Amino acid sequence: MISKSFRLNKGTYTQPNIFGYYGNFGGAFIPEMLHRNVEELRENYINIIYDHSFQEEYKSLLKNYVGRPSPLYFAKRISAHYRSKIYLKREDLNHTGAHKINNAIGQVLLANRLGKRRIIAETGAGQHGVATATVCALMGLECVVFMGVKDIERQAPNVARMRMLGATVVPATSGSQTLKDATNEAIRDWINNPDDTHYVIGSVVGPHPYPDMVARFQSIISEEVRQQLFEQTGSELPNLVVACVGGGSNAAGIFYHFLDEPSVELVAVEAAGLGIRSGKSAATTKLGTTGILHGSKSLVMQTEDGQVVEPHSISAGLDYPGIGPMHAHLFESGRAKFLSATDDEALQSALELTRLEGIIPALESAHALAALNQLQLRDDQVLVLCLSGRGDKDLDTYMKTLK
Amino acid sequence: MGRIGNLFERKKDSILSIYFTAGFPELTSTLPIMKALQKFGADMIELGIPYSDPLADGPVIQASGSKAIANGMTIPKLLDQLRGFRTEIGLPTLMMGYLNPIIQFGFEKFCKAISGLGIDGLIIPDLPLHEFEEYFETLIKKFELDFVFLVTPETPDNRLLKLDGLSSGFLYAVSSSSITGRDKNFDSVENYVKRLKELKLRNPIMVGFGVKDRETFSSAAKYANGAIVGTAFVNQLGKSDNVEEATRVFMQNIR
Repeated sequence: MISKSFRLNKGTYTQPNIFGYYGNFGGAFIPEMLHRNVEELRENYINIIYDHSFQEEYKSLLKNYVGRPSPLYFAKRISAHYRSKIYLKREDLNHTGAHKINNAIGQVLLANRLGKRRIIAETGAGQHGVATATVCALMGLECVVFMGVKDIERQAPNVARMRMLGATVVPATSGSQTLKDATNEAIRDWINNPDDTHYVIGSVVGPHPYPDMVARFQSIISEEVRQQLFEQTGSELPNLVVACVGGGSNAAGIFYHFLDEPSVELVAVEAAGLGIRSGKSAATTKLGTTGILHGSKSLVMQTEDGQVVEPHSISAGLDYPGIGPMHAHLFESGRAKFLSATDDEALQSALELTRLEGIIPALESAHALAALNQLQLRDDQVLVLCLSGRGDKDLDTYMKTLK
Repeated sequence: MGRIGNLFERKKDSILSIYFTAGFPELTSTLPIMKALQKFGADMIELGIPYSDPLADGPVIQASGSKAIANGMTIPKLLDQLRGFRTEIGLPTLMMGYLNPIIQFGFEKFCKAISGLGIDGLIIPDLPLHEFEEYFETLIKKFELDFVFLVTPETPDNRLLKLDGLSSGFLYAVSSSSITGRDKNFDSVENYVKRLKELKLRNPIMVGFGVKDRETFSSAAKYANGAIVGTAFVNQLGKSDNVEEATRVFMQNIR
């Protein structure tokens, strides 16, 4: 029996308390129809993840299949431009082109151990959908990916990849027809298929234990950064760590092993869309209030009546009206600084990185790059930026800007 | 004992509870639909508060909610519409909604307001057990509202007993783990409700999710105390421009 005194433990930056709370945010606000599946996960995820044979299988796939560790690259020309020492964590070089594969492999291996034969996922930019479809192909599991109709249009190459990998892509036609509604549809599918299905959530959102589980799978990013930075600079700790935040999975991953290092400044960059006050934005910490979305209490963009509003970002992966409860806590406690970048700023920074370093970043990661203009950097400062994905999927958008 | 308790005291079986979304098809449809339901023989009303992201509902109820929101329905408007409804409506009436719009309005303020208007109870599918015990239960009790938990065929016995102990009015038995508005095979419902009955629960049992016509209503109501119909009624309302006529036709086809 869980004593109520556990509630006194408010959770830490890295780990929620027993009810899934990071400070005031988190929990599991789910209908009874999801209880059995979520409870099954909650009871088993820690034991399964830290089982020796699981770790062996997981780490071996990360190394030999994904290509980890991903390089930590000292970007000389960008560093010179911003008069700082900028290191890029190259998650774009992972198999399937983004950090999403770290979590997809972890969760599908876990689902396998729970005896689930059918995998469902939601996707925004398509990177999480592609990663999940990839792992399902590898493991011979059925895969269904829910994707907003609007995102299917703007991320066509990823839709094609998922189909080639054998996944069924189901268009989410309700509401704003983007990531929020794809997530609703995936949750409904899980309710309707309670026996054989595991829902692979792609970000640090959803009911407990998802935010914690996804953060743990993504924490490999900062685990590697500490070692790589030590090898390259003689110190494990940078001065700043910068990442973009939609739901917040790459940020959770690159922040994770620095959360309890007070000397490291953490910077999260949200999508401002056409501008914070334009009514076309996805900057949740600027525009959101405490609410419940997709099973957890967090910051949510909503009307005063509690209806979730349709966000906007040029980047499908950041086009989400909430953030994970861990990030809401980092924001509220002041542990992380939250900045935002507009569509145009992200586009310019993407072009800048491409021309200075020969790396075409994903539009999501370009938001993190855009924050370099807003930081007061010094030339003795070491900054690590999570280059969460590559930009192949965004070429259509980039080409329109170049014209 | 409140109106819900009285209903189950008076009537032991074939109780018909009807769900509809407030503000659909028109902003002002709320009261006319309630009157029609009373006139054509419903036993209980579940008044849905529209929400943009109703996870436990299917496309029909979500679409009705989106339409209601577009029509301008909000909690303050709904409370306004319900002012004085008890002079005309005697049926036990619950409100069903998701937690977010209610906590934005203010949970205590909400309970106080609906209790003052004569609403009898609440169903909030995404209010979990832990949070209920931690915070919400006291407020719900303070304003003498019934609170109905959902249970499913996958809910284990010990949890069933716990949810039954915390529910008042009735227990909402979801006929299989499913969102609203899905077709069901009702053969398994019989075994499920029998199992529930054997647990000697303190609350009456209403079966919901997938009940849509005379056949499914009678099989759901055969073993339980009654059944809840939502999607099929909302569908009917959406197809007609006269809510009273739509209600009459619907009720004729279900009893």
